[in-house]
Amino acid sequence: MHKISANRKRLFTFILLGWVLLLIGDRIGELRQYQGAFVAMYALAIASIILLTGYSGQLSLGHSALMAVGAYAGALSINNLKLNPVIALIVAALVAGIFGLILGIAAARLSGPYLAGTTLALAISLPTIANQFTILGGEQGILFDIGAPPARFGEGFSQYKWFFWISSLAALIMIWMISNLLHSKFGRVFRALRDNQTAAQLAGINIGRQKAVAFGLSAGVAGLAGGLLVMLISGVSPSAFPLSLSFSLLTGAVVTGVYDLKGVMLGGLVLVAIPEIADSIGSRVGGSDGFTMALPGFLVSALLILAVLFLPNGPGKLLKKKM
Amino acid sequence: MSLVVENLTIDHGAIRAIDNVSFTVPTGQLAAVIGANGAGKTTLLRTLSGLKESKSGSATWNGKSILGARPEDLARSGIMHVSDGKSVIAELTVKENLALAGLWRKDKKDVAAVTSEVVDLFPVLGQRMSQASGSLSGGERQMLAIGRTLIARPKLLLLDEPSLGLAPLIIEQIFQTIKSLVAKMNLTVVLVEQNAMGALKIADEGIVLNLGSVVAVDSAQTLLNDPAVRAAYLGF
Amino acid sequence: MLQFITAILTSLSAGAIYALMSTALVLVWRSTRVINFAQAGQAVLTTYIGYEVTVRTGSYWYGLIAAIITGALIGATIDRFFMRPIFKRIKSGPIVMIAPVVATLGLLGIIQAIIGFIWGLSYQTLAAPVSTDGYKISGTVIAFSPFNLMVLLSVTITMVLLTVLFQKTNIGLALRASAYSPEIAKLSGIKVDAVRTLGWAIAGAAGGLAGMLYIPNSYLYPNGMDVLLVFGFISAVIGGLDSLFGAVAGAMILGFAINFVATYISYKLVFPTAFVILILVLLVKPGGLFSSSKGRKD
Repeated sequence: MHKISANRKRLFTFILLGWVLLLIGDRIGELRQYQGAFVAMYALAIASIILLTGYSGQLSLGHSALMAVGAYAGALSINNLKLNPVIALIVAALVAGIFGLILGIAAARLSGPYLAGTTLALAISLPTIANQFTILGGEQGILFDIGAPPARFGEGFSQYKWFFWISSLAALIMIWMISNLLHSKFGRVFRALRDNQTAAQLAGINIGRQKAVAFGLSAGVAGLAGGLLVMLISGVSPSAFPLSLSFSLLTGAVVTGVYDLKGVMLGGLVLVAIPEIADSIGSRVGGSDGFTMALPGFLVSALLILAVLFLPNGPGKLLKKKM
Repeated sequence: MSLVVENLTIDHGAIRAIDNVSFTVPTGQLAAVIGANGAGKTTLLRTLSGLKESKSGSATWNGKSILGARPEDLARSGIMHVSDGKSVIAELTVKENLALAGLWRKDKKDVAAVTSEVVDLFPVLGQRMSQASGSLSGGERQMLAIGRTLIARPKLLLLDEPSLGLAPLIIEQIFQTIKSLVAKMNLTVVLVEQNAMGALKIADEGIVLNLGSVVAVDSAQTLLNDPAVRAAYLGF
Repeated sequence: MLQFITAILTSLSAGAIYALMSTALVLVWRSTRVINFAQAGQAVLTTYIGYEVTVRTGSYWYGLIAAIITGALIGATIDRFFMRPIFKRIKSGPIVMIAPVVATLGLLGIIQAIIGFIWGLSYQTLAAPVSTDGYKISGTVIAFSPFNLMVLLSVTITMVLLTVLFQKTNIGLALRASAYSPEIAKLSGIKVDAVRTLGWAIAGAAGGLAGMLYIPNSYLYPNGMDVLLVFGFISAVIGGLDSLFGAVAGAMILGFAINFVATYISYKLVFPTAFVILILVLLVKPGGLFSSSKGRKD
């Protein structure tokens, strides 16, 4: 009984959230809509990291590459298979998920430094690989055009609002699904994996399979986020998925608490805010081009280190302790 | 001149491993700390050698506090600890293992002298100098572990379960060597042992621990004859 | 035939540079149990310093010395004032598993940003001290230059020196003992913390040398050695992560695999080849090709 009501409560919370977002989307300007779409996309990507690291104890530095896999798959299915954009986004999630599952089977046997290094290798080498294959459009990349908003939404319905809707809705539904998953038997198994592998094994959990599944699920979520990202920038190219994207996601996850899904929106906000903050600092200080361009990376990394040092369990825990 | 432990309390996570323990070991004596598994013996030694932090109380060696000091500094000041489980570095050769405790010593002549003393004491080590220590038998590893500490010319030797996993004949040999070392090397020894009988036989003094508390301190001879101790720890 | 010989030579000189990076990673891993991802940043930062010295003095050799020395200093500083406090601060909780790795990543980002602040993000070129034009053999120019030869020789000399240091000196014994068993080393009176910092210094110096040998054939920019970090990591994994010999052997295996694939099939397959090798080693022999121990779990 209790469980059902908890699930229902979660559903209502998400529906309420969606409604609030809808209202907000109607009342803000195009720039904010565009930024809001980015926040939702990043929040989703951070959720994929939290699903993996926070709930199954695996550290991935390669989620930028998994996002890229999803993004290319989505773009190819729009351009070459002429699929409906919404279906293309689902394809993005599925292809990245399958890719992640395969990788996860290898990764499941690794832990700690091996997994971190392998996923880092993936993040660094995948853009270079993508560069070299003509079907992927080389350095220019390929178009990812989600199309104009349907006519029935009226003339005033801008492209940015359309982006905002798709991005928020996709993120909301997906995070709701993850949240349900984590509250199910699956989630308990994941947490058991994270906290004590030996005990989990003794309890009859197939560690390898569960880890691979967690990796696959996380990759699927990341793939969808990748699809959203390239939708927002209208094209997919290797340079959209640099290693620093992986770092940003990790920072977002650590800042919001790797072990807590609730903070992902905050994480998304932080990631969108950092370049803005860097920009305004850059123009105020009037530093060189190098300074302005390197500043976001500096802020992300500094935040990552500070968060690990001072908020190792996320801000939520800290607040709770204070109260 | 002695090792003085007063009201020492040590926590092991949430568990109190050592509770308000006091005892004194005069220099030149061999004290055996006996007790069942889980009595806190190993924790006590690890704290005395600086590997673990204490909660409260004090421990001094010749009047100087040793709690909170780093293990490497304690080792350099003459307090050497042989941890349980045949503490040798398997990847290094016998010669290299011995050399470790002499690396930082200024008096290289004495290092050479004491190394040959150790080889005289344990001739089998001399025959295996360039072998990897991983290839030694259990007894040989124990000899190497004790031999290594001697290279530093220790004053206080903390031995954790040297008999663990060894054949009875070898145990007898190791115990006799430890006894002879006290006089030969001018040592004070704290010997932690589950093999209470063997330990008390060579010890001057015995300290009986149970669940982290001292239940008896007396001369080893008296303890050996104490019916309660015999029943609980010696098994007859 | 000529192509075959050239492939061997280029494999050797590429492998030599990977070997420096893998050695640096293994040195830190052995002493600290952390894969130091900041190594790419440390190496490229010291190479920038070497580049600056080269430009100002007009001599590559002064630059090389500066890079090696600052590499060592930066490595030691990071261990002493960054890693050690982190280990001290974070002792419990689930974050322990990821904190050190995440810290080295954050550091990598910070170093690369600082480079951007000082030198900008544009590509610089560092001129090699000897010709980078390939040797001419019976009228054909091959892809192996005097500079490649210099790389090969420098790394060989470095490896011989490191071997002597580790196997024949007291410092080397302390380094090995502290890596294999910090506790026994401490109980023997060895200042393990200081020895560990020394390990980081040697790793940093190796990174500086790697940069000065690699960049003249490439470009100098903040992310200029990321790829080398990946190849160094793969080499170290092939070699078992714990073994210095394995790190060098792994680098040579990777060097040969990559260069032969590039020569005979396609340069496009360089990264996929490296990645497939990594995955294969991890799946088939996770403990590395040169270790007798079973797969390691952490």
